[in-house]
Amino acid sequence: MAELNKENLYQYLLQLGDNVMILGHRLSELCGHGPSLETDIALTNISLDLFGQTRSYFQYAASIKGDDSTEDKIAFLRFPNEYRNTILVEQPNTDFAYVITRQFLFDQYHLLLLEKLVDSSDETIAAIANKSIKEVSYHVRFSSEWMKRLGDGTEESNAKIQEALNYLYPYAGELLKTSPIEELAAGAGYGIDPDILTDSYYQNVNQVLEEATIKIPEGKWSHSGGKNGIHSEHLGFILSDLQYMQRTYPDMAW
Amino acid sequence: MNKTLEQLEKEFQDRIDAGENIEAKNWMPEKYRKTHIRQISQHAHSEIVGMLPEGNWVSRAPSLRRKVALLAKVQDEAGHGLYLYSAAETLGISRDELFEQLNSGKAKYSSIFNYPTLSWADIGAVGWLVDGAAIINQVMLTRTSYGPYARAMVRICKEESFHQRQGYEITMKLAQGTEVQKQMAQDSLNRWWWPSLMMFGPRDEESTHTELSMKWKIKRKSNDELRQQFIDQTVPQAEFLGLTIPDKDLKWNEERGHYDFGPIDWDEFWNVVKGNGPCNKERLNARNKAWDEGQWVREAAMAHAEKKKFKSLKKAI
Repeated sequence: MAELNKENLYQYLLQLGDNVMILGHRLSELCGHGPSLETDIALTNISLDLFGQTRSYFQYAASIKGDDSTEDKIAFLRFPNEYRNTILVEQPNTDFAYVITRQFLFDQYHLLLLEKLVDSSDETIAAIANKSIKEVSYHVRFSSEWMKRLGDGTEESNAKIQEALNYLYPYAGELLKTSPIEELAAGAGYGIDPDILTDSYYQNVNQVLEEATIKIPEGKWSHSGGKNGIHSEHLGFILSDLQYMQRTYPDMAW
Repeated sequence: MNKTLEQLEKEFQDRIDAGENIEAKNWMPEKYRKTHIRQISQHAHSEIVGMLPEGNWVSRAPSLRRKVALLAKVQDEAGHGLYLYSAAETLGISRDELFEQLNSGKAKYSSIFNYPTLSWADIGAVGWLVDGAAIINQVMLTRTSYGPYARAMVRICKEESFHQRQGYEITMKLAQGTEVQKQMAQDSLNRWWWPSLMMFGPRDEESTHTELSMKWKIKRKSNDELRQQFIDQTVPQAEFLGLTIPDKDLKWNEERGHYDFGPIDWDEFWNVVKGNGPCNKERLNARNKAWDEGQWVREAAMAHAEKKKFKSLKKAI
C-alpha cells in the first residue's frame, strides 16, 4: 500500500473509532445514575459495545501506523483537533431525553453505515462491521423504543423529548456530510460516502418519530466541523477526563 | 385442624435445622421475614451505592482495557442489585418501597462505600480488599436458609471472585510499576485497610443480630471469625506485592495459628454508620438525584405501556 493511502486509511479509522469512543464515553458517565436499574444496565451495555468497537478500530489503526503506536496512544494521546468524531456524540447528558435522542440519531446512522461497511474492500473493516452490526441492531431497537415511550408517554415526556430533538436534530446532518477523508475512503473502496445514506436515514428516523408522535423539526441546516477536527467546547472537557491518567502519569503500564 | 403458632414455628425451625431451604410460599415467622427484608435490601443497596465510588473512575480509567473491565464490573453490580431486590420482593415488599427506604436514609448500606476513591489505585483496592471482604460474607450466605437469597448469592459470588482477582491484578500492576505507581498503591492500601476490616461489623460482644442470625443460618460464623479469616488470607497477598499493611501490631501468632492485629478505631466505624463518613451525604444525594430525575421517565414508560395495552385490547374487540 502506498504511504499516502496508508495515512488516509488511518484517518478514516480514527473517524470510525472516535465516534464510537466519544459516544461510549458519554454513556459511561451515566453508569450508576440512570432512571432505573434496567436502563442503567442497558446503557452501560451499549457503552461497552461501543468501547469494544473502538478497540477494534484503534488496534487496527495502530497496526497501520506502525512504529510504537498502540490503541491507548491513539485513544488518549492526541490533541483535541486530531479527534475526528462528529459534534453530535460529544453533546452532554443534559437529561434522559437528550441521552436517548442523541443515541437514536446516531444509531440510525450507525446501522446504515455498518450495513455498507460489511462490503468494504478492507477485510478488517468488513470484519469489524460484521461483528458490530448485531450489537448496533440492538442499539437501534433500544433507542427507537425509548423514543416511542417518551414521545407517546405522558405530556411531560413528550415535551421533553421534543425539546431534546429540536436541540439535537441540527447535529445529525454532520453524520451524512461527506468529509475529505470519507471521499478518499469511498474512492479507494474501503469506506463509503455517507451522503448515499441520507434518504434511508431520514426515512427511518422520520418513521420512528411519527410513531412516537414527535414533530419533525423543520429546516435542513446542520452544524459540522467535528470530522475535520473543529469541535464543540464540550470535547475539551471530555478529553480532560479521558486523558487524565495518561497525561498525568506518562509512559507507564497499567 | 389448624396448626398452632407454636407448631408452625417448630416445623419451621426443624426444616432449617435439617438444612432445608425456606421458600417464598412457605410459612415463616414474621421476624424471619422482616430480618430477611432488612438484610437482603441492605445488601442490594450496598451494590447500588457501591456503583458510585467505582463509577467515579470509569471516565478516567488509564487504558481502554481497564475502562471496559471497570465498566463491566460496575454493570455487574447493578445486576447484583437487581437479583437481590427481586429476592427481597419475594418477601412481600416492592422495589419502589425499598428505594424509598434507601433514599430517605432509613435503610442502611455497607459503610465502606462512604469512603472516597481518590486515585486509580483505589479501584484496585476496592476490588482486592472490599470485594475480598464481601466474598467472605457472601460465600457463607450461599448456604443461608432462605432459598431465593441463597440462590442469588451463588451467582453473585462467582462474579465477585472475578472482580476480586481483577482488583488484585490492578494493584499488582502498580506494585510492579514505577516508584510513583508503587506509592499510589501503598497510599491506597493505607486508606482502605482499616475500613475493610470494619466491613465485618462490630466485635461479637457488641453485635446485636448475631444469635438469631446463627439460629436461622443467615450467619454461620461470627463477625470476629470472618474478620480473622480475611486478615489471614490478605496479609500474604500484600507481602507478595511488596506492600506494607498499615498496622504495626500485625504479627503471626504461632500458637493461635492466626495473625494478631492492632485495635480497630470503632469510633470511626460508628461515626460513618451514623452518617458522618467522608461521602455519606454525596452518596445519598447521588441516589436521590438519579431517582428524582428519573421519575418522569418511569411515568412515561408506564403510561406508554398502558396505551399499548389499551390499543391491543381495542384491536382484539
